[in-house]
Amino acid sequence: MRQAGACRPPTLRFNSLIMKKIGVFAVVAIALGVACASPAWSALQFNMPYGATTESHEIYRLHMLIFYICVAIGIIVYGAMIYAIVKFRKSAGAKPAQFSHNTRMEVIWTVIPALILVAMAVPSAKTLVNLADTRNSKITIKVTGSQWQWHYDYLDEGVSFYSRLDRKSLIASQPGSGIDPASIKNYLLNVNEPVVVPVNTKVRLLVTGADVIHSWWVPDLGIKKDAIPGYVNEAWFTATKEGTYRGQCAELCGVGHAYMPIVVRVTSMQDYQNWLAKMRARSALSAAQRANGG
Amino acid sequence: MSSTVIDTHAHGPSKGVWAWILRWITTTNHKDIGTLYLCFSLLMLFVGGSMAMLIRAELFEPGLQFVKPEFYNQMITGHGLIMVFGMMMPAFAGFANWMIPLMIGAPDMALPRLNNWSFWLLPFGTGLLLLSFFMPGGGPAAGWTMYPPLVLQTGDAFPFMVFAVHILGVSSILASINVIVTILNLRAPGMTLLKMPLFVWTWLITAYLLLLAMPVLAGAVTMLLTDQFFGTSFFNAGGGGDPRMFQHIFWFFGHPEVYILILPAFGIISEIIPTFARKPLFGYSAMVYATASIAFLSMVVWAHHMFTVGLPLSGEMFFMFSTMLIAIPTGVKIFNWTATMWRGSMTFETPMLFAIAFLFLFTLGGFSGLMLAIAPADFQYQDTYFVVAHFHYVLVPGAVFAALGGAYYWLPKWTGHMYDETLGKWHFWLSTIFVNVTFFPQHFLGLAGMPRRIPDYATQFTDFNMVSSIGAFGFGLSQLIFLYLVIKCIRGGEKATDKVWEQPIGLEWTVPSPAPYHTFETSPEIQ
Repeated sequence: MRQAGACRPPTLRFNSLIMKKIGVFAVVAIALGVACASPAWSALQFNMPYGATTESHEIYRLHMLIFYICVAIGIIVYGAMIYAIVKFRKSAGAKPAQFSHNTRMEVIWTVIPALILVAMAVPSAKTLVNLADTRNSKITIKVTGSQWQWHYDYLDEGVSFYSRLDRKSLIASQPGSGIDPASIKNYLLNVNEPVVVPVNTKVRLLVTGADVIHSWWVPDLGIKKDAIPGYVNEAWFTATKEGTYRGQCAELCGVGHAYMPIVVRVTSMQDYQNWLAKMRARSALSAAQRANGG
Repeated sequence: MSSTVIDTHAHGPSKGVWAWILRWITTTNHKDIGTLYLCFSLLMLFVGGSMAMLIRAELFEPGLQFVKPEFYNQMITGHGLIMVFGMMMPAFAGFANWMIPLMIGAPDMALPRLNNWSFWLLPFGTGLLLLSFFMPGGGPAAGWTMYPPLVLQTGDAFPFMVFAVHILGVSSILASINVIVTILNLRAPGMTLLKMPLFVWTWLITAYLLLLAMPVLAGAVTMLLTDQFFGTSFFNAGGGGDPRMFQHIFWFFGHPEVYILILPAFGIISEIIPTFARKPLFGYSAMVYATASIAFLSMVVWAHHMFTVGLPLSGEMFFMFSTMLIAIPTGVKIFNWTATMWRGSMTFETPMLFAIAFLFLFTLGGFSGLMLAIAPADFQYQDTYFVVAHFHYVLVPGAVFAALGGAYYWLPKWTGHMYDETLGKWHFWLSTIFVNVTFFPQHFLGLAGMPRRIPDYATQFTDFNMVSSIGAFGFGLSQLIFLYLVIKCIRGGEKATDKVWEQPIGLEWTVPSPAPYHTFETSPEIQ
């Protein structure tokens, strides 16, 4: 084989190699095309959610900025690599140069990345400072993670409750349950008692853990904060759009780690007040029941 | 510098299985020990790989099909610990043992008996770790990062895991002392530090990093041990401690560890590319300085693994900026390798193919690394599949591909036979395609909101998980080609010449193939 190849003129051999590569890429492209044709494709989420808070918007924009910078650098770097691979191959008759230094180039590709980094650092630092500012919040909720549920305490409202995985998901998630997860709405992302907050109001979270470390994460709110036993972390958000936002514990916390979701319902101020009243009435009722029972 | 080597071939019984076993147990020869390290590493690749296959099988679709969550958590922990301490580090230790003496013209490692011990600690440390999976309460299940308080909920396996980490740490420390002593004392006359092959340089720097990092890990796990059994409260807030302190100590080890796993890979790539581009390495001294700066920076960036634990703002700023700085020396390396290929005369044997895939895919991992450095964005990425995709890109098509490329590059020197080029190319193409099918969709999963380390997931993550699992099975199976190829190459094949490749640079190509049991008993002369 090798002998036969060597007999052919070099250009022809080069072309046949290229043809082979094109063939491989064609096969891959067709495979990808078939995959894309599946109806589920349109439902797929590729990117970070834009979210429903000013902070999540800011993070999203920062993420996209860095991503596009990386793409631009990638085009140049990969372009140079691909050009070198195609152009400077022995089979194409390339003769090796013998240079091993070029001070000007080396200075350029040290200084330019440094400048790009500065350009990335400025907006990042700004966002970071902004996200750390927990002043002037209207509502404070203490969030406590434990194995494997969340506890929410509205510090100034006298409302507190546990929030755990809803029964439907719980039953379906048992090994050998025979229930198709796809038949459950919001499988593993639904709770018995969601957190309710009003729209356009700055909410401060005090996040802590009761046993091991958990992490309170709702992608649409742009918040991830670790719940550390014995320590209290602060976070805040201002939701700008009503809706239901779902998240999960993001720090390995034992066998139930996948089974402690977070649901935040953002409502109008009026609905929030109604909800508070309902919760207070419920806890008063259960306190009365306890008192009677005791 | 002594060039006398005592030949121990004729000693003791020389026939039978027992003699063969004893030879490998008692050997102090750097080539034997290198072979032991490499074989052990290959074995562990399949042990850790089987765990990965189980993980991917469970994640193929939502719901629990194969394992329970407690066993799943043991698998992710075992996969991480085995792949880091049992596979990747021993692989590079194997390369160090085989190649450093050959590259610097030394007759052996400087401390041969220590060398024997540092290898033989390894199977026992790893064995202890693997045995702990069969203990009451199951194996360690808190992730390879062993965060307290969760790790303190481990059953009987807990002290065994700590002891295993200690043994593996001692093994690494001894091996790195040996590397440093060898490189600093046994270089052939005329081989100044700045004439050393880059692989030797990267290992010298790696060895110092190991000396710095491993005792820190040993300290961290010892504190876990005393918290559990002796009533201390290092990491217990109830007693005045702080669980976050463990994370600080762990990552002070853990981040240099990341570079311990990648610097020798940089070294191997820097050997392969010039050979197949038929052109000297571009910017040799810049490469050395870049390696040293990466090593230095690796010690001041650890808390970027902890952006969500509640660091003070100034801390987050510092670790964000210091982490971004790593992009500069890493970029220099990527550009220098590209410049080495520029105006070269390239051929694409399997080692070069792996080196080029490394160049492309490690760079991709570098881009996601840069994104992760941006603290506010990291609030969304942290502990998701985006991170999983990132570190697998730098470790699998990064470190593992470099090790595979290195294996193909030096196999003819080790065995005296050329490997099967057709099989090698199959192995390369299948590995490269499947590694991307496995890990690329994980970027999407992470961005869309899938946390890592969960055995079951919401249904919108199903499609990409299926793709990723299919890729993982393909990647796993492709590695069997490599196993077969290595065995075939050891047993026979086209005879390799001393130089093996067209114009390789380095002393290792001046000795016969296979490299005789004793080499450089007389020091070579370096101009």
